[in-house]
Amino acid sequence: MSMEEKQNSQTFLDFNQSTYNPSTREEIVEIIKDCYKKNIPLEINGTKSKQKIGRNFQSEKTLSLSKYSGIIEYKPEELYIKVKAGTPVKDIVAELDKNNQQLAFEPIDFGFLFKGSSNAGTIGGVVSSNFAGPRRFKVGSARDHLLGFQGVNGKGEIIKSGGTVVKNVTGYDLCKLLSGSFGTLTVLTDLSVKVLPKPDSSKTLIINNPHLKKAIEYLGIALSSSTDPSGGVFYPEKFDNNFTFNDLTHKGALTAIRIEGPSNSVDERIKRLIKELSLHENEFSILESVQTNIFWNKTKNLEVFSNSKSNLLRIVVPVSETFNVIQKLKTFDANYFLDWGGSLIWLELEKINLKTLREIKEIAQEHFGYCTIIKVEEDLKASADIFTIDPIKYKISEKIKKSFDPKRIFNPGKMYSGI
Amino acid sequence: MSSLKMPKVDSSILSKKDKILSDIEKIIDPNNVLSHTDEIRPYETDALAAYKQAPLLVVLPETVKEVSEILKYCNDNKIKVVPRGAGTGLSGGSLPLEDCILLAMGKFNKILELDYENRCVVTQPCVTNLAITQAVQDKGFYYAPDPSSQIACSIGGNVAENSGGVHSLKYGATTNNLLGVEVVLMDGTITRFGGKAMDAEGYDFLGLMTGSEGLLGVITEVTVKILRTPEVVKAALIGFPTIEDAGNCVAEIIAQGCIPAGMEIMDKALTKATNDYSKAGYPTDAEGMMIVEFDGTEHEVNAYIEKVKNIAEKNNSSSLKISKSNDERLKFWAGRKAAFPACGVLAPDYMCMDGSIPRGKLAEVLNEITRLSKKYNLPVANAFHAGDGNLHPLIMFDANDPEELKKCEEFGADILKYCVKVGGALTGEHGVGIEKRELMCEAFNDKDIQQQLTIKVALDPNSLLNPGKVYPILRKCAEEGRVHVHGGKTKFPDIPRF
Repeated sequence: MSMEEKQNSQTFLDFNQSTYNPSTREEIVEIIKDCYKKNIPLEINGTKSKQKIGRNFQSEKTLSLSKYSGIIEYKPEELYIKVKAGTPVKDIVAELDKNNQQLAFEPIDFGFLFKGSSNAGTIGGVVSSNFAGPRRFKVGSARDHLLGFQGVNGKGEIIKSGGTVVKNVTGYDLCKLLSGSFGTLTVLTDLSVKVLPKPDSSKTLIINNPHLKKAIEYLGIALSSSTDPSGGVFYPEKFDNNFTFNDLTHKGALTAIRIEGPSNSVDERIKRLIKELSLHENEFSILESVQTNIFWNKTKNLEVFSNSKSNLLRIVVPVSETFNVIQKLKTFDANYFLDWGGSLIWLELEKINLKTLREIKEIAQEHFGYCTIIKVEEDLKASADIFTIDPIKYKISEKIKKSFDPKRIFNPGKMYSGI
Repeated sequence: MSSLKMPKVDSSILSKKDKILSDIEKIIDPNNVLSHTDEIRPYETDALAAYKQAPLLVVLPETVKEVSEILKYCNDNKIKVVPRGAGTGLSGGSLPLEDCILLAMGKFNKILELDYENRCVVTQPCVTNLAITQAVQDKGFYYAPDPSSQIACSIGGNVAENSGGVHSLKYGATTNNLLGVEVVLMDGTITRFGGKAMDAEGYDFLGLMTGSEGLLGVITEVTVKILRTPEVVKAALIGFPTIEDAGNCVAEIIAQGCIPAGMEIMDKALTKATNDYSKAGYPTDAEGMMIVEFDGTEHEVNAYIEKVKNIAEKNNSSSLKISKSNDERLKFWAGRKAAFPACGVLAPDYMCMDGSIPRGKLAEVLNEITRLSKKYNLPVANAFHAGDGNLHPLIMFDANDPEELKKCEEFGADILKYCVKVGGALTGEHGVGIEKRELMCEAFNDKDIQQQLTIKVALDPNSLLNPGKVYPILRKCAEEGRVHVHGGKTKFPDIPRF
C-alpha cells in the first residue's frame, strides 16, 4: 500500500458505521481486524441478489463489497479474467462479450425470483453460492472455474490460493473449499476466473411430449450420446405460457436439448439426435441461435418463477432417481421443472410447513440426493434447516470454520446454526 | 533436496515395533501385515526413486472398516501413517518414514459399479486409471483424465494428486471429473463427500480432499463421471522454425475460440530423441513441434482442423501433417508418449519437472531453461502441454555422481522458481510431495501456508497422516497453530511444526 492509500484508508474508515463499504483491500483488512479484535459479527454481501438464500442470522455490522469492484486484468488468450469480488456479473459478461468469450458455468440471475427483475449479483456472490446453470453436467460449476483468489480470513490476514493458470496442484485446493461456502470462511477480495470461447452457434431441439418418464428417457439418451449436448430440461405443461417462440410450433409440455459448436456441426448433431431419439416430423421444433439464447437464459435465471409468491426448493438427485422422486412429490401439490438433464428439480410450492419441508428433504436423501431451500416464507425461515448436514460433516465443518474464522465473525449461522 | 529433512523419528515407536505388530495383527489378517525387511523393500520408494526409506511396517487392509480401525489405533498411539496407492507418484508423496506404518491400498482393486444411467463408475481406489476406461469402453464410454502413467497409476492416487493428462485442456483434471469419495480421517471417522448427485450442499470437502496428497484422509472409494467416446478424433502434426512461432500459434488457436482436446509442443532436442526412439515421422529439423488434437463429430473436427491449418501457416509453420487414420494419429502420439524412455537412451538418469506457466510465456521460459542448461552443464529436453501451460522439462544427469544429482536438483528448482516468477505454478499435475516442498515459499507467503496448515491441524491435530510432505518443515516464522503448549514445551516435540 502506498503512503497515500494508507492515509486515505485511515482517514476515511469510521469504525462506528453500521455498514462498511470499503473500496480497497487494505480497508477490508482493517475492518476485519477490528471486528476480530472486538468480536463483532459481520454480514458479508455485495448487491444482495442472493441475500435471502441461507439462514437468518444476527450480525452487528454489514461488510458490503459493492464498492470493491472492477476488472483487474483480462487476458483473453490466457482464458482468464481477474476481478475484484464486488464486480457485477453483468459487467464481466459485457467485457467478455467483446472478445466473444463467456463464463461457461452460466451463473444464475436470482433477481427474477426474488424481485421480478434482473439482478445477477457480483462475482463474489456467484462463487460463494456455487449455483451453476444448465451447462453444469458438461462444464462444471463456479468451483470448476475459479482458478485462484485472494481473500481475508477471520483474523484479518490476507491469504491466497491457486493462480491464473488452469493446471495448478500446489497445496490444498482452497478455491474449491471457498466456492459455495456462503462467505462463512473468508472474505474473497480478488478472483481469477476461467473464461471460455462462446460457441459459434447453438440450437435447441424442443420435443413435444407431456410425459415425465419419456422426457427423462429422451434426456438420458441425449446426454449419453456423442452429439454432446450442453443443456437438457423438461418443462411440464403448466409453464407453456412462458415460452412463445417463432420457431416453436406446439404448445404444452416441452423437453429441450441444447447443441452448441461450429454451425455445420450443430446442424449435423441436431439431425443425428432426432434420429437417435426416433422423433417424427410433428414431434419437435428447432430453435435458432437467438431464440436458443433467450430460452436458456430464461431457464438458467428461473424466469418461470419470476415474482412468484411461492416457496422454491432446489433438489438434486442422480437422474436414475428423478422419476420416483417426482412421483412422491406429487402428493405435495407442487410445480416443478427439470434441469441438468433431469438431475436438478426446481420445486415450487405455494404452501409449505415444517412437516412438508422435512418430508421433502427426506425424500431427496432416500434417493441419494439433497434438497436446499432457496426461497421460503419468512416465518418458517427461522426454524427450517436451509441446508442439510449429517453430524459427522457438521463436526468437520465446525473445525474448518474455526481454522479460517476462529471467532465466527463471518456470516455466523448463515449455513448452519453454530457455524 | 538431496539432504531433505524429514520429520524426526520417534524412537519410542521403533522400540515398540513388536507390540505394534501384534496389535495390528489383531485388527487385520496377519497375512496382510508385512514386517520383514525383504517383504517391505518394494515399498521403500515411489516413482521419485532417488529417495528410499523402509517403513516400520506395511499393512494391506481389505475393507474400509479395517482402514478405519488402523487409523484410529495409530491416532491413539501417535504412530505416523503414510498412505500409498500404486506408487507411481513423481513427487515422493508416498515416501515412507522410518517410524511410520505404510498403508498400502493395493487390495482395494475392484470396480464396484458401472452405472450408465447416471454416467458414472463407482470403484475402489487402487483400480488403475486405464482400467476404468477399459471397463466401460465396450459401451462407448471412457474416463477423461489420462495421466501418462494411466496404465499403472491408481484412481485413488489420481484423486490424492489431482492428476491431469494430455486431455485436461478440454476435459479438466481429476477434480473436474470426480463426483464423490468415501474417506477415512486420521481419527478413524468414515465419511462420504459428494456422490452421484452433483455439487453436494455445504463446504466442498470433495474439492479440498482432491489434490491434498494424502495429508487429510485416506480414500477408500471413488465415484467418477464417464463420457461418451467421441465419434471422430483427428490430430495435426506441425513443425515450426522457432519456438516463438509455435508459442504464438498456441496463443492464436486459443484466441480464435478453438479448445482442442490436446495441444502438445516438444522442443528440437526431444523431437529428435523421441523420433529416433519411436520412428514417429516427426519433422526433426523443426525447432518446435506441435501436436494438436480435436475430437467430436466429423464436421466439427474438420472445421477446427481447417482453422488450425490456417493459423499455423500464418505463424510460419514449416511442415504440417493431418492424421488420415486412427493409426496415423496414434503414431503421432507414439513419440510424445515415449518421451521418458527416449531420454533414458540419452542419459543414465533424467528428472521430470512439472511447472505451469501462462501460455504466452512459453518462449521466454524455454529460453531461460536453455540458459540454465548451459549454466549447470546438464542437457535438457522439453515437453509441454501447451494448451494448459503445463511444462515438463526433462533434465538428464547421472545419479551415480552425487555432484550431478545436486546440480540437477538445483537446475530443476531454478526452473520452477522461474515458472512462479512469470505468473505460473510450481506444479501443474505431479504434486508437491517432498520434491517441491522447500519451494512452497516461492509461491506462498507465511500467512498462506499457515492457513493451509491450520486446515491440516483441524483434521489431523497430531500431524500423523503423511507428515513431512507438501509443506516445508521448521519454518522459522511459524505459529504453533492450535497445538497445546505446556510449560514452554510443545507436547509432541517430534511433530513438524513448520
